[in-house]
Amino acid sequence: MIHLNNIQKSFGDRLVLDDIDTCFEKGKTNLIIGQSGSGKTVLMKCCIGLIDPDAGEIVYDNRQFSNQSDRRKQDIRKEMGVLFQGGALFDSFTVEQNIMFPLNMFTSMSLEEKLDRVNFCLQRVNLVNVNKLFPSEISGGMMKRVAIARAISNNPRYLFCDEPNSGLDPKTAELIDALISEITEEYDITTVVNTHDMNSVLQIGQKITFLYNGKLWWEGDKNTILDTDNPELRDFVFSTELTRRIKR
Amino acid sequence: MLKLLGEYLILMFSVFKRPDKGPVFRRQLMIEFIGLGVDSFGIVAIISVFTGAIVAIQTAYNIDSPLIPLSMVGFTTRQMVILEFSPTIISLILAGKVGSRIASEIGTMRVTEQIDALRVMGVNPANYLILPKITASMLFNPVLITFSIFLGIFGGWGACVITNLVTSTDFVEGLRGWFEPFTVTYAMIKTVVFAFIISSVSGFLGYSVQGGSIEVGRASTKAVVYSSILIIFFDLILTQLLLI
Repeated sequence: MIHLNNIQKSFGDRLVLDDIDTCFEKGKTNLIIGQSGSGKTVLMKCCIGLIDPDAGEIVYDNRQFSNQSDRRKQDIRKEMGVLFQGGALFDSFTVEQNIMFPLNMFTSMSLEEKLDRVNFCLQRVNLVNVNKLFPSEISGGMMKRVAIARAISNNPRYLFCDEPNSGLDPKTAELIDALISEITEEYDITTVVNTHDMNSVLQIGQKITFLYNGKLWWEGDKNTILDTDNPELRDFVFSTELTRRIKR
Repeated sequence: MLKLLGEYLILMFSVFKRPDKGPVFRRQLMIEFIGLGVDSFGIVAIISVFTGAIVAIQTAYNIDSPLIPLSMVGFTTRQMVILEFSPTIISLILAGKVGSRIASEIGTMRVTEQIDALRVMGVNPANYLILPKITASMLFNPVLITFSIFLGIFGGWGACVITNLVTSTDFVEGLRGWFEPFTVTYAMIKTVVFAFIISSVSGFLGYSVQGGSIEVGRASTKAVVYSSILIIFFDLILTQLLLI
């Protein structure tokens, strides 16, 4: 479980995160949603330590993360898997080398054990015969799946996904969502997904945090979000023609 | 300028830490030996042969007094190549080739979030990415410069023999005369310092990229310009310190 206690972050005079106080639950897919510029990417970057909050604290299972030394942060980071928006695969490495990277860095597994783990992770994300391909030789959807495979290769306790469906067709997007949800339940990890895709929200949103102008505006789940009477959230949820038609 | 220097020093503190994993560092080092060193043999060879040839021909052309023996052409070529042309000119060429490569490679990794990915995995990205490049450059550039010195002298000898400006005997006689071994030490000290400048400055500029592809291009250009200026500046300082 990850606790965010009164997180604040400003860039210059602009307050981007204003007193965010919430928690991301273990074994659940926790979604952060909101319009572009609402602060969800900054919040996720605070969670993974790429940005330091100005105030407040982030606690991973009773272990302080924010305001800690790099060494202390590194220990918790080794338990994180992160899926970046563009995949962030190392382009000089093959798919196999990408997935093997965390194992090379943080385990003392033999080469055979590492290869077994790589193949297991690739099978888990439904990819075969791509081991020797470079990221430039695979499609966007495959890149996301390889990035998920890399994120789970070292058995993380926390999985962070930044807009996992951006740039993907609806079918592939659904597949990625299903994969994230399955992995979360299967390994009983704390997953945090940053998205503004309503399909994802309705498919995997076991806990949803809605940010509006840097403030925590609403919390709930996929079953309650459609019936909300919060006007800003309704605006967000029913902002597309498709969702308006479904509502009618 | 002070801010830039401060940021550079902070980055260097992160770079010069014990690598997270020895075997991974050694593998990265081998990759950099090939990328930054072995791949540069071609351009170093071409420039060295022609530079040596030009130095020899120009020296021969300028010796018009019968009191100066033609063996001076071999002597001058050797001294020029060892003292200045190989360590400095080749380092300037490497600042263009290797420096831009380092800055654009690391800069692209920055804008495509690959450095962020390393960081959130718990890896020290500065150490993982920059230390093998600095180490490889500092260890391999002396090999390249030694190779360049031999080829430069060979180029000078070849030019003299082909153009009949100086006989092979005269050239070799000058080449073997009045040799001071410290000149080679001086050349190697300069080479190692220049290698550090090229790899660390380019690594820093690539690592500090913010934005997109235009900034990566700018960082790459800055890497060449800053490295070249620093090479010339430190050439002056080292010459003053070591030779005078």
